[in-house]
Amino acid sequence: MSDPDATNVGSDHAGGSNGGRDVPGRTDAASNGLDLGSGGPNVDEEYPLQVEGLCKTFGGITAVDDASFRVERGTLTGLIGPNGAGKSTTFNLITGMLRPDAGTVTFDGEDITGQKPHAIANRGLVRTFQIARELQEMTVLENLMLAPKDQRGEALWRSVTPGFRGDVVEQEEELLERVWDVIEFFDIDHIADEYAGNLSGGQRKLLELARALLTDPDMLLLDEPFAGVNPSLEKRLLEHVHELREQGYTFLLVEHDMDLIMENCERVIVLHQGQVLTEGSPDEIQANEEVIEAYLGGNV
Amino acid sequence: MSVRDDVAERIPGGDAGLIVAVLLVIYAAYVLAGVGLGYSVRGQLNTIGVLTFYIGVFAMLALALNLQWGYTGLFNIGIVGFMAVGIYVMALVSKPLYESGGAAQVGGLGLPLIVGIVAGMVAAALLGAVIALPALRLRADYLAIVTIAMSEIVRFSFLSGELQQFRLFGERVGFGGGSGLILDFTNPLEAFFQSFGLWDAYLGFVSVFEVIIPNNPKPVVDGLVYGAVLLGFVAVYFWLLKRTGESPFGRVLKAIREDEDAANSLGKNTNRFKIKAFMLGCALMGLAGILWLMTSGAVTPNFFRPRITFFVWIALIIGGAGSNTGSVLGGAVFAALLYQGPRYLKNLIDTVIPNADAPSGFGPAVSPLISNFDPAPLFFYTIDSVRQLQLVFMGLALIWLMHNRPEGMLGHRKETAAGIPLTGSRASASAETDGGDAGGGSDE
Ligand SMILES: Nc1ncnc2c1ncn2[C@@H]1O[C@H](COP(=O)(O)OP(=O)(O)O)[C@@H](O)[C@H]1O
Ligand SMILES: [Mg+2]
Repeated sequence: MSDPDATNVGSDHAGGSNGGRDVPGRTDAASNGLDLGSGGPNVDEEYPLQVEGLCKTFGGITAVDDASFRVERGTLTGLIGPNGAGKSTTFNLITGMLRPDAGTVTFDGEDITGQKPHAIANRGLVRTFQIARELQEMTVLENLMLAPKDQRGEALWRSVTPGFRGDVVEQEEELLERVWDVIEFFDIDHIADEYAGNLSGGQRKLLELARALLTDPDMLLLDEPFAGVNPSLEKRLLEHVHELREQGYTFLLVEHDMDLIMENCERVIVLHQGQVLTEGSPDEIQANEEVIEAYLGGNV
Repeated sequence: MSVRDDVAERIPGGDAGLIVAVLLVIYAAYVLAGVGLGYSVRGQLNTIGVLTFYIGVFAMLALALNLQWGYTGLFNIGIVGFMAVGIYVMALVSKPLYESGGAAQVGGLGLPLIVGIVAGMVAAALLGAVIALPALRLRADYLAIVTIAMSEIVRFSFLSGELQQFRLFGERVGFGGGSGLILDFTNPLEAFFQSFGLWDAYLGFVSVFEVIIPNNPKPVVDGLVYGAVLLGFVAVYFWLLKRTGESPFGRVLKAIREDEDAANSLGKNTNRFKIKAFMLGCALMGLAGILWLMTSGAVTPNFFRPRITFFVWIALIIGGAGSNTGSVLGGAVFAALLYQGPRYLKNLIDTVIPNADAPSGFGPAVSPLISNFDPAPLFFYTIDSVRQLQLVFMGLALIWLMHNRPEGMLGHRKETAAGIPLTGSRASASAETDGGDAGGGSDE
């Protein structure tokens, strides 16, 4: 059967959405918590994501220039830098949407450089986009039902053959339960039936994060998830991110709002003109002359 | 939303009811026009048979295209090529073995019709795969270019002397070249009834019609029954594609249409989904080609010109891309109004005014109108050129649609891509606090 844990979400979730932020830690998530998938992160690896000497040029423009960094498991790590620093390009290189000119990307100890985006996503490294990529003419529910992995009905023959379709329908019912748990967790039940194209910018960002979570990832790469989101929604999104981090998810967060990064991240990586300028704790970054220089000089 | 939706909602039976209602209206219009103008019973029934035939083939083709374009966003403008491959491969497999002195220049492999039909569908699907594999990796418009080029290559291949006649498994077979290929296998209707042991019963059924058509009713009844068989195939296509759409598979197709990168980033191997959907659509186009032509006695390559592809596109646009019900309605409306309509109109007018002489050219047609305000020559000239004008009507209909209803009859209506209904609120049973256990938690 697919996923016994998933059905537990419903029960605690009711508590979660009633205002309590008591989603239990990911370590005992097998029995509790918004455990969206069967396999929890592999905790013996300290740095799930490692990037070495990544380079990418577009024509004459060098977007990413020998960037190397790593992300510690279970942290909310910020990736900052002025506009055009190469943050989105770095995400595209990591997730296989672009091929690097040089360098390697390692995820959970395996070299994933140049693999197909779907293969990388299936390994548990899932991204969201700077400009939300909601599927406009599909409802919020359809968007979310799309995400879970290993759906039996994705095999055409099984979906159409009488006698086998029962299996498909049964799993659809299970998935719908999981989807509703996530919908309620994000408090978007009032728009469940809405076409994604009709959502506000902030709702789209929520939908994208919810959808990424439903793929059962180990690590999420979020590209400016708060851009265009109103402050109260931003606060809620951040709360969700913190809850999920406490459960054991790893986040790499692109954002160019310095304050937000400084207040929320444990580690910060600064990208400038395609290179890693420095990395460290928020305090270290804030005290760093070079960073201040880069931001002032780079026209934030 | 619109008046049309109100009407649609009041028809019992949902989408099936809507389809039946539209068909009834079309048939009623044809019959009334025929009765009003004094058509014979034989003529009436013939017309109904032919109309049903075209409604059937265009509905099937529009459904297959809807899977590729409406669901997946794959731009196939080589439909007629897949139809051609379907019927030609079917003929190759099912024509009887060559006999010297027979009417046919070349034979086939002499296998049963059903084997030929499956082979034709498989061949069309494989051709789809061969084309799609390289093209799907490129930008979307490459697929359009490659498909239309393919359909012309297929036509020229069947025209070519090299494939006119060759040996396969020691048999003299071939595609007949430009002079065409005689389809000298058993009459498909006969084979169909014989496989159920019902041929004699069918012949008895035919003779009943002697009451209303005293003189040789069989061709007329055959036409009607074959039309009904085609409608049965439309039902099967509809059922298959509805299931395909209402499933996780269909959900991924829809996601590909909306944003392929997003689908990919969620772990869906979109190329595989696209190829599967494309191949299924091509197989269904191949079958539609077989059903269109296998009772016609012969095929020639030049039947498979790109215009048929565009007819299917028009049918889908009328019905509304993305909707299976719309595809059937689009096929029916296209066949009745734009494809058969003008021809029927001409037949009617020829019957009513039997010996009107149409002018030989545009000049003689227009000059009486200008010199002494006599519109009759222009009118008869127009009627006489109705086959050519058909395309003009289609163009006008398209322009009108683009301006007034670009989403077609039902394209605005989204069909949910899931195996179960997705409702706007959580099912009441699972809204309870322990509802989550209802799913599958008990098998831990
Ligand atoms: N597909 C592309 N083609 C050409 N140039 C690009 C492309 N994507 C990004 N760039 C360039 O690469 C640089 C880095 O862009 P990006 O990674 O989007 O920056 P950031 O996300 O940090 O704002 C910019 O100069 C941008 O113009
Ligand atoms: Mg960016």
